Amino acid sequence: MEGSEAIAEAMVAAGCRFFAGYPMTPFTEILEQMAKQLPPVGGVCMNAESELEAVGMAWGAAATGTPAATGSTGQGLSLMQESIAELAMARLPLVVLNMARAQGDYWQATRGGGHGDYRTPVLAPMDVPEAVELTQRAFHWAATWRNPVLVFGDYYLAHTSQSVDVQPIDFGPAPDVSWALDGSSGGSGRAKLVSPLGTQKQRDDVGYDLSEHYLACAAATHAMLKGIEPMAEVALCDDADVVVVAYGTPGRYIRAAVKALRERGVKAGYVRPITLLPFPTEAVARAAEGAKVVAVYENNQGQMVDDVRLAVLGRTPVSFIGGLSLDTSGFGIAPDLDVTILGDRIAGALS
Amino acid sequence: MTDVPVRFVPTDKAPTRAARMVDDFTPALIEVGEHHLCPGCGEPIAMRSVLEVIAELDVVQRSIAVFGIGCYTAFSNNLDLEVCQALHGRAPSVATGIKRAKPNTVVVTVQGDGDMVNEGLQEVLHTAARGESVTCIMLNNGVFGETGGHLTATTVLGQRTKNTLDGRDAEQHGYPILISNLIAQLEGAAYVARGAVNTAGNVSRTKRMITRAFETQLERRGFSFVEILTMCPTGWFIETEEAPAYLDDNLAAVHVGGVLKDW
Repeated sequence: MEGSEAIAEAMVAAGCRFFAGYPMTPFTEILEQMAKQLPPVGGVCMNAESELEAVGMAWGAAATGTPAATGSTGQGLSLMQESIAELAMARLPLVVLNMARAQGDYWQATRGGGHGDYRTPVLAPMDVPEAVELTQRAFHWAATWRNPVLVFGDYYLAHTSQSVDVQPIDFGPAPDVSWALDGSSGGSGRAKLVSPLGTQKQRDDVGYDLSEHYLACAAATHAMLKGIEPMAEVALCDDADVVVVAYGTPGRYIRAAVKALRERGVKAGYVRPITLLPFPTEAVARAAEGAKVVAVYENNQGQMVDDVRLAVLGRTPVSFIGGLSLDTSGFGIAPDLDVTILGDRIAGALS
Repeated sequence: MTDVPVRFVPTDKAPTRAARMVDDFTPALIEVGEHHLCPGCGEPIAMRSVLEVIAELDVVQRSIAVFGIGCYTAFSNNLDLEVCQALHGRAPSVATGIKRAKPNTVVVTVQGDGDMVNEGLQEVLHTAARGESVTCIMLNNGVFGETGGHLTATTVLGQRTKNTLDGRDAEQHGYPILISNLIAQLEGAAYVARGAVNTAGNVSRTKRMITRAFETQLERRGFSFVEILTMCPTGWFIETEEAPAYLDDNLAAVHVGGVLKDW
């Protein structure tokens, strides 16, 4: 089935019962699918009047402990950033999909995009079967760490059809939702509060203590980043002269390009980051040991290359072999995603 | 000088009668009685009315309040009511998500004129148009009170604020938006009313409006909305005791009170 449909099925399988979105290519089909798939399972899909409202509605649903998601394309994600930042400070779980156009939103995804000192884990599937798994994992992480989690896809992922069987994945016991609102604690003297300004009720003469709250959020962020094992696919790097780093759809093409180079006798290997945050720093550093060069391919002007340089710390030269590759639509359909073109660039990085 | 006997309470003796509280004016749903709003502010009166209605309708254990950002946010963490704090302008969307996810809850939003009519105009209009089964309360004092008295979308013509020093001038600053009148035109809005808290009579009338708004939600008739004109002597730069009359002469002269729509 098509990626959008599979991702929607994966969300429903993960327990998602609330979705809100606003149409935008190439995200639109996910909204269509959620509108189709949620009502039969008792879920709600809202056709929000803007991305601002979509994320606001998802915020409200998330505050009730309902597994919720929203999404858009990078531009729409820009509109949502204020809420995503505050959702992290309100310690609310939410899955946010970015069906991006090309890969220009790496910094938006991994560097926050919004205000304040927060982090959102980012998962970048390379194809439909992996998206099915990672989307479900995103719900598990969001609920476990009470934090927004991003799934970073693209036009290819949304519109490619692959054979896939969506089954619910068991990630262990369901996380605690005793913090969630349903109205029932009203009048008890301990009525619940879900707020980006603090979780403590006013007592004596103290209002919201933002210092205390931000420190508590920082501790939660720290625990989350320590608790999430960075994920990456690493192959053929042990004897590699050139190690290529690429993620998402280009990561899939790089795998093929590296294998083709091996057949030509070029000692190439690759690291495909699956979590962009936390970044698989150690995997990249280990893979780079003994290599003559680390080549980074991204369909942008070079964003992840910063994280690769931070991982390698100058021990191996890092060469950027990516760059913008678009057709006239700007949706991210990339002429460069061709095994021969990529193979030549990888080999070129060695010379 | 006439010889008036000096009345004083001798402090070296215990009083003959122990002090007693005549009445506790704190509504049951407020956990901490003190707030940090200015003397003469109308928002605590409006909040009290909302809380009393929730208690009287016996929906305390089903209610979730969604707060915007303004002076009234002082009440978002001292209520014995479940609260979801929203961003500036976004409360109606958050309320939508709560209500749709948990249809048996009673959802009320509290926003000011800056929050709702400036930053969040689109959200409240669409929420009303969808006929969302929530109750939105808007505390309208015609200024950004929290920042110290600045122009909002409801500031009346001629009103002096910190960024309209010579008064709001239509040519330069445009005209005030009459939000209740706007919302009342939408099919999804079932109950729309504009009250005020500057006199005992108005407080009483406003409370009846709030009750009706909650009944609208409980009966699932559609979107319900109560705009409440509140005093802000600090943001109006007038004496506290002048504020109730100032409200009548200025704010209420443009934002005219009454029930605009009732199912």
